[in-house]
Amino acid sequence: MLQGFLQLVIALLILLAVAPFLGNYMARVFMGQRTLLDPVARPLERLLFASGGFSNQSSMTGGQYVRAILVSNLVMGILVFAIFMFQGVLPLNPTGLSAPSWDLALHTAISFVTNTNQQHYSGETTFTYFSQVGALGYLMFTSAATGLAVAIAFIRGLTGRPLGNFYVDLTLSITRILLPLSIVGAIALLIAGVPETFAGPAVAQTLEGATQYIARGPVAHFEIIKELGENGGGFFGINSAHPYENPNNFVNLVTNLYMLIIPAGLILTYGIMAGRPRQGWLIFGMVFIFYAVMVGITAVGEFQGNPIVNGILGSPAPNLEGKEVRFGWALTALWAVSTTGTMCGAVNGMHDSLMPAGGFTTLSDLFLQIIWGGQGTGTAYLFVFLILTVFLTGLMVGRTPEFFSRKIEKREIVLASIILLAHPIAILIPGAITLAFPETLAGISNPGFHGISQVIYEYASAAANNGSGFEGLGDATLWWNLSASFSLLVGRYIPIIALVYLADSMAHKQPVPETAGTLHTDTFLFTGVTAGTILILGALTFLPVLVLGPVAEGFLLARGF
Amino acid sequence: MTHTTQSPITHPPGGPRENRRHTPKVNTSGLYQRAFGQAFAKLDPRVMVKNPVMFVVWVGTIITAILTVNPFIFGPVQDEGPRLFNGLVTLILFFTLVFANFAEAVAEGRGKAQADALRSTKSETTARRLRPNGSVEEVSSTQLHRGDRIKVIAGDVIPVDGEVVEGIASVDESAITGESAPVLKEPGSDVASSVTGGTRILSDELTIHVTADPGKGFLDRMIALVEGAERTKTPNEIALTVLLAVLTLVFLIVVATIPTPASYINSPVSITILVALLVALIPTTIGGLLSAIGIAGMDRVAQFNVVATSGRAVEACGDINTLVLDKTGTITLGNRLAEEFIPLNGHSMQDVAAIALAASVFDTTPEGKSIVRLAEKQGAKLDFERDRAEAVEFSARTRMSGTDLPSGEEVRKGAVDAIRGFVRSRGGQAPAELEAAFTRVSELGGTPLAVCRNEDIYGVIYLKDIIKPGIHERFAQLRRMGVRTVMLTGDNRITASVIAKEAGVDDFVAEATPEDKIQVIQAEQAKGKLVAMTGDGTNDAPALAQANVGVAMNSGTQAAKEAANMVDLDSDPTKLIDLVTIGKQLLITRGALTTFSIANDIAKYFAIIPAMFAAAGIGALNVMGLNSPQSAVLSALIYNALIIPALIPLALRGVKFRPLTANQLLQRNMLIFGLGGVIAPFIAIKVIDLIVGGVGLA
Repeated sequence: MLQGFLQLVIALLILLAVAPFLGNYMARVFMGQRTLLDPVARPLERLLFASGGFSNQSSMTGGQYVRAILVSNLVMGILVFAIFMFQGVLPLNPTGLSAPSWDLALHTAISFVTNTNQQHYSGETTFTYFSQVGALGYLMFTSAATGLAVAIAFIRGLTGRPLGNFYVDLTLSITRILLPLSIVGAIALLIAGVPETFAGPAVAQTLEGATQYIARGPVAHFEIIKELGENGGGFFGINSAHPYENPNNFVNLVTNLYMLIIPAGLILTYGIMAGRPRQGWLIFGMVFIFYAVMVGITAVGEFQGNPIVNGILGSPAPNLEGKEVRFGWALTALWAVSTTGTMCGAVNGMHDSLMPAGGFTTLSDLFLQIIWGGQGTGTAYLFVFLILTVFLTGLMVGRTPEFFSRKIEKREIVLASIILLAHPIAILIPGAITLAFPETLAGISNPGFHGISQVIYEYASAAANNGSGFEGLGDATLWWNLSASFSLLVGRYIPIIALVYLADSMAHKQPVPETAGTLHTDTFLFTGVTAGTILILGALTFLPVLVLGPVAEGFLLARGF
Repeated sequence: MTHTTQSPITHPPGGPRENRRHTPKVNTSGLYQRAFGQAFAKLDPRVMVKNPVMFVVWVGTIITAILTVNPFIFGPVQDEGPRLFNGLVTLILFFTLVFANFAEAVAEGRGKAQADALRSTKSETTARRLRPNGSVEEVSSTQLHRGDRIKVIAGDVIPVDGEVVEGIASVDESAITGESAPVLKEPGSDVASSVTGGTRILSDELTIHVTADPGKGFLDRMIALVEGAERTKTPNEIALTVLLAVLTLVFLIVVATIPTPASYINSPVSITILVALLVALIPTTIGGLLSAIGIAGMDRVAQFNVVATSGRAVEACGDINTLVLDKTGTITLGNRLAEEFIPLNGHSMQDVAAIALAASVFDTTPEGKSIVRLAEKQGAKLDFERDRAEAVEFSARTRMSGTDLPSGEEVRKGAVDAIRGFVRSRGGQAPAELEAAFTRVSELGGTPLAVCRNEDIYGVIYLKDIIKPGIHERFAQLRRMGVRTVMLTGDNRITASVIAKEAGVDDFVAEATPEDKIQVIQAEQAKGKLVAMTGDGTNDAPALAQANVGVAMNSGTQAAKEAANMVDLDSDPTKLIDLVTIGKQLLITRGALTTFSIANDIAKYFAIIPAMFAAAGIGALNVMGLNSPQSAVLSALIYNALIIPALIPLALRGVKFRPLTANQLLQRNMLIFGLGGVIAPFIAIKVIDLIVGGVGLA
């Protein structure tokens, strides 16, 4: 037990140590300040801009920015869909795979272009190396960079600066942040034993004399951007539980931290870019506490194990079902909360097998979307919550609400409301429809409360652009592919569009000078109020499904039948 | 700038509000009965639909009413006797609607009562309209148009707003201002030439140039305003309504998506309970009280005897960053009084007194009279025939006044440098001690006036300025609230700085002209600040229009009143400070009830969710230990309904405002309305549940 909790504390401490450096570095990158990578990155960027015929790098208006996002994402999505459909005739196909069904290809393309990587397939048996590296691996960089670019445009707007140029920020996100960190990380993984090859499956003779085909491929580089970019789409079906994706505790620790560092650092980047580092640290602290509590709840739940099983065993034992024994209950709990919190979606154990406490925390992570949150978008949502909190409670200081010295008025509230609305629409409505036809649509493997969790989790994962699955769900069907695609698109683009317009609207406001009568948002009190607002709004929206899913299941187990 | 006040202000600016509150004979008897009737009339769906939150409750009531009549209309139901339960839910929802409407009706009713009181002063009368050829025709007062000329004589009620063009008369304005002393009206003067419809002429006769079309007069606007006829939602109210509507929509989705998962686990939920959960979750408390809070805010302004042209202006008061205040009448009592004569140039005290008396004999301002009094006290007497002397009026250009004596000698008093210039023009030379006397008086915060006869400066009059008691504390309060004060005065720099320091203003502009006022406002606004100011003269009008909150004195000119967005009927410039408080109070009340309303939801969830999914084995979530599922739902709904009337007094009165910094205010109000909003309903619902169980309803 002590060892398990020690592992958790060490991981959290490393995160605390690394985040400020990265936060500071990202702020320097996006504020155009000098960084160590300038000599290497600048020529590369010049080459990219020149080869793309990309001369106009001036700041965009809200409308131009939104158009740039949508057009670039659409083009990438179509390209990737085409690659899937023609993968049978494209190179790097040692196992001779043919095209998947159109709906699976569509869902996968949407899933990866939205930075979700929800997978209704097993990579090793569905996609060729070309599809994995050229299509999926490519989107892993661009979709993560899209999120980062939006986040940076958002903070620029909030602080009254021009939004910037989408293509420039997209490029900088890749050349300055994602690519360098991936190269370093991938080399570390290679050294630690993760394979990287275009050769076909290894063939082995088992002791019984059977022939075994062991899937492998260019895993190491794929693996690291999978975590760093909050993508989560595994090279293999069982993701980071696979020994080639996650061979040992060192790789497990590195990849787990890689999920967290950008969303965690970005909160501090926001503070620096807004000229209010204290604000950044307070929000960072709030999220860190949320995160630690979630990890704690999950870990305790797994450590205590299943009371029914324990009753049969006659002694308490941690719940190890659906886990890699080499990682154990503690590191699986840490990973589960990290991957759902950051919208990464990679898994090193099956969430379907988590105790109800873990079902509760992982679902809550997906509902709240800010316990670090997705690449870029999570930090932006945090600041949307700050804005909503200012609006709801700020009147109590006797002034009309303002955030970062800018008045929050109808337009901003409409846009923030759209962000607030998109999530329940994308989760609850398809969830309710699916559960209305449990026999034909749902594909539930564990009926009862757990079945509700399975269905809601799938849509929550899609809408939050997480991508992990509760698993156990027969989700490779036309209904699941299409309905999840709906949640993916609504959960990704509606909030992003609203974020850009919100930033644009704030940027054009006349700032109001700060006085003693101004509500300061960078205080412990206000951060506490924000935490309360996030929890209340989140709880109010998703409590019924949480009660019907993991909570009821928890009570069921506690009663012992 | 003109002289600001006509009558001395008798109350201290920091005194209790009630002393200054003036309500023109408002008849509030029967207010609640009428409001109750109104509450039912407002159930009309065409009215309800304007408030999205309450409209959802309205639809819910209809659905549960149908289910009461026929519980099986939407399909089979498990419970055996849901009719009583459905009926009770319908009844509670109905009263939730009535209570919310009642809150609004009471707030409106108060305004209506006030409007009635005002309207009683405005009866249709016959007016004497002057034809272009000078003959008189009798027309109804409602037929008078802008540009007409009318004649009024002693005893008449002045039918419309206008400008005096001929005659001098005393007018009783108590119907509008509550001030019983009659006011002198005459043409030409900035302040004294405007008359208001509804006031009564007591003596003599006046020819008036009509300045308002029928129904557009000052009184009409005021009536429309307090009645709420012209009430439009303020920007912040609109934004809040949007957010409340979105929350309602979120909860609608939440509730609408419950049945299928519930059925999936064989724990179906009845439609009545779904409606109950929806109504409990949507922010009915703030939704029901929002408009009442806004109306009450306008009402509080009206009780202060200030007419605001819009709720927007009241809301803006809370956001004010800078107050631009005239020194005279706002910071100091209106009248400076002669305190001392300082002889110069070897003249005796007697000589100075005599010359000061001679220079002030025609001066009817309070300052002039006080000089006469002081001179007479010192034994000075007139040594010329008053009738044969000639008055020299004060003008802003010359900055001096005085008398041309029958002997041909000119005696003058005025600003020190103006007199210095006068003396020089007459071939004289200012004595060296003049500067010392000027400095001495200025450093005392007084106004030095020099007196001279021809080229000879006799001495300096020390006019003492009296800072209003309590004003220093008021400014300190404002500073704590983050409001900056800028004092404008025509005084010299030294005097201005002394007064500014004593009064505790943050900044001052000395030797200010009316043009400076608008510059100060523009400079502040360029920094993104919201500025409030008061004014009364025609030359204040541009600044009043430029300011975010411009308060015109009712004693001021028509132009000033047109340009302002508020008119103070008592003509008390200090009220600006109270208006800031009222604006903040309005916003705080709105925020506090919003926070409270949303915080309440936690307890309601804990009451209804365990009841709703009783079959799912989650009894442990029933932390309040409520009697039965039905009792839990009823108790939550009863709480939800009763909290509205319980909070009506708070909504109408407003949350008490304390001059604290924003962070202290947030802490305090968060504790009361945020934390209180989480805890209070747990207790209240438990108590109601005990009663419901005791009565045997469920």
